[in-house]
Amino acid sequence: MSHEDIATHTSLHHEVIIAGFGGQGVLKMGQTLAEAAMMEGRDVVWTPAYGPEMRGGPAFCTVIISSRPIGSPVVAQADSAIVMDRLSLQKYQGSVRSGGRIVLNSSLVDPELVRRDIARCAVRANHLAEDIGDARIANMVLLGAFLRMTGLVQPATIIQALRQALPERRQHLIPLNERALACGADAAEMLLPTAV
Amino acid sequence: MNKRVLMKGNEAICHGAFDAGCWCFFGYPITPQNQVPEYMSLLMPQAGRVFLQAESEVAAINMVYGAAATGVRVMTSSSSPGVSLKQEGISYLAGAELPAVIVNVMRGGPGLGNIAPAQSDYFQATRGGGHGDYRTLVLAPSSVQEVYDLTRDAFDLAEKYRNPVLVLADALLGQMMEPVTITREPLDPPTPGASSTCGTRTGERTIVNSLYIVPEDLEAVNQRLADKYARMCRDEERWEERIPANPDCLIAVYGSAARICQTAVELLAERGISAGIFRPITLYPFPYAPLRALSERVPRIIVVEMSAGQFVEDVRLAVEGHCPIGFFGRTGGVVPTPEEVVDAVLKQLGDETRG
Repeated sequence: MSHEDIATHTSLHHEVIIAGFGGQGVLKMGQTLAEAAMMEGRDVVWTPAYGPEMRGGPAFCTVIISSRPIGSPVVAQADSAIVMDRLSLQKYQGSVRSGGRIVLNSSLVDPELVRRDIARCAVRANHLAEDIGDARIANMVLLGAFLRMTGLVQPATIIQALRQALPERRQHLIPLNERALACGADAAEMLLPTAV
Repeated sequence: MNKRVLMKGNEAICHGAFDAGCWCFFGYPITPQNQVPEYMSLLMPQAGRVFLQAESEVAAINMVYGAAATGVRVMTSSSSPGVSLKQEGISYLAGAELPAVIVNVMRGGPGLGNIAPAQSDYFQATRGGGHGDYRTLVLAPSSVQEVYDLTRDAFDLAEKYRNPVLVLADALLGQMMEPVTITREPLDPPTPGASSTCGTRTGERTIVNSLYIVPEDLEAVNQRLADKYARMCRDEERWEERIPANPDCLIAVYGSAARICQTAVELLAERGISAGIFRPITLYPFPYAPLRALSERVPRIIVVEMSAGQFVEDVRLAVEGHCPIGFFGRTGGVVPTPEEVVDAVLKQLGDETRG
């Protein structure tokens, strides 16, 4: 769905699962997505899984983006998932509805493991992140691919949200984030014709 | 002003309290409300106000008693097991008629339970919780926006009635982020009023006490409290109702579970079932009369709560047998899905048709 489609869409309701392990920027990616969607006038809910977790343990959150007030904050059947590691794929692909989409980090996950009734977009996020200069930006590469696939939020709004969220001493990272989003979008672009 | 900000329920508690002019916060860590003391430890000292991490929940609630006695706005927060520990102090606050705000971000119980969302402290919250004939006013938000608004209102209500006010949230509301729009100007901490202890500067002694040795004296205090609770019941009931023209049933639900039921109502509509929602916002005073009136217009009420059945008892008291009442509850920190609620409603409606 392109941005033009979104603009003409009067009713939108999208539930996404974001999963990986601690340190990959899973929760931050979800918050940035929710923040940007809110800035575009949507109703949003961000819900984390939390527990007695340790550094490097599983990380998980859900984001609901809607054109109308959101009822249940709990996602049972997601429209899509962004998956950053293999364990998360095993754990959460069952929670994506048939016909939904998965954007996955093929640096760490074999795309062949994805259910056949889900459209998949495999992006070598860790490799691409290193190519553009920082392995830690893999989350934004995947988010760029996700936005290219779903058109849920304008990448420019993501950057605007980051500008607001980042402290002064981190503002120099904005161009890197822009490159990461664009790089992910390009990777998804190449996959689009064969994505289903 | 009027800017939408994405925040966690736990942060909204802090902003609500801060904007109400809360002067002192006393807390002790417990999941899932840890962001409250964490955030307050930043917010309060920045403004020259008091943040103190006490050595225990019991110490924190007694610090609340002391601060409330001096006439400043004061809050403590905790989660279920920690709120149990505070009950003695809450009873003393009620007995001494001191205004204070207590937040409970409920988790699974009994005992240490777990850190997942639950609504199983309903009895404790609405029946006083500690010893003696007293009530706390109980506010139950169902969105992060309402967490902000009701925490803020809690301070006004506490002062209006000189009574502890409880904000009853849960782990889901505490942890999730939603847009919050702040429309009201923040208040500066108000100057302590005449009923506060401020030394002997005025020449008048202010005595803060809940000890009355002579039974007749204590009975007079209890009567005064009872009159006050009656005024609360007359003036402070809050609820929300969404009732379609010819409902097949009414779902009675509060707090975060109401959000799940809101989606369930949409799913039921797709199946041709017309369901309404009745959501108390004050759990004490419970909106008995409005629910009683509705019970004559709906064929059946189904109660949904994240507990084995506590809120349902107030629904029964309200309805007085005027229509059948069904129940669906999940416990132990399990949050029901909208689909589960739909199934429960369909099953109960089916039972009814079979008679």
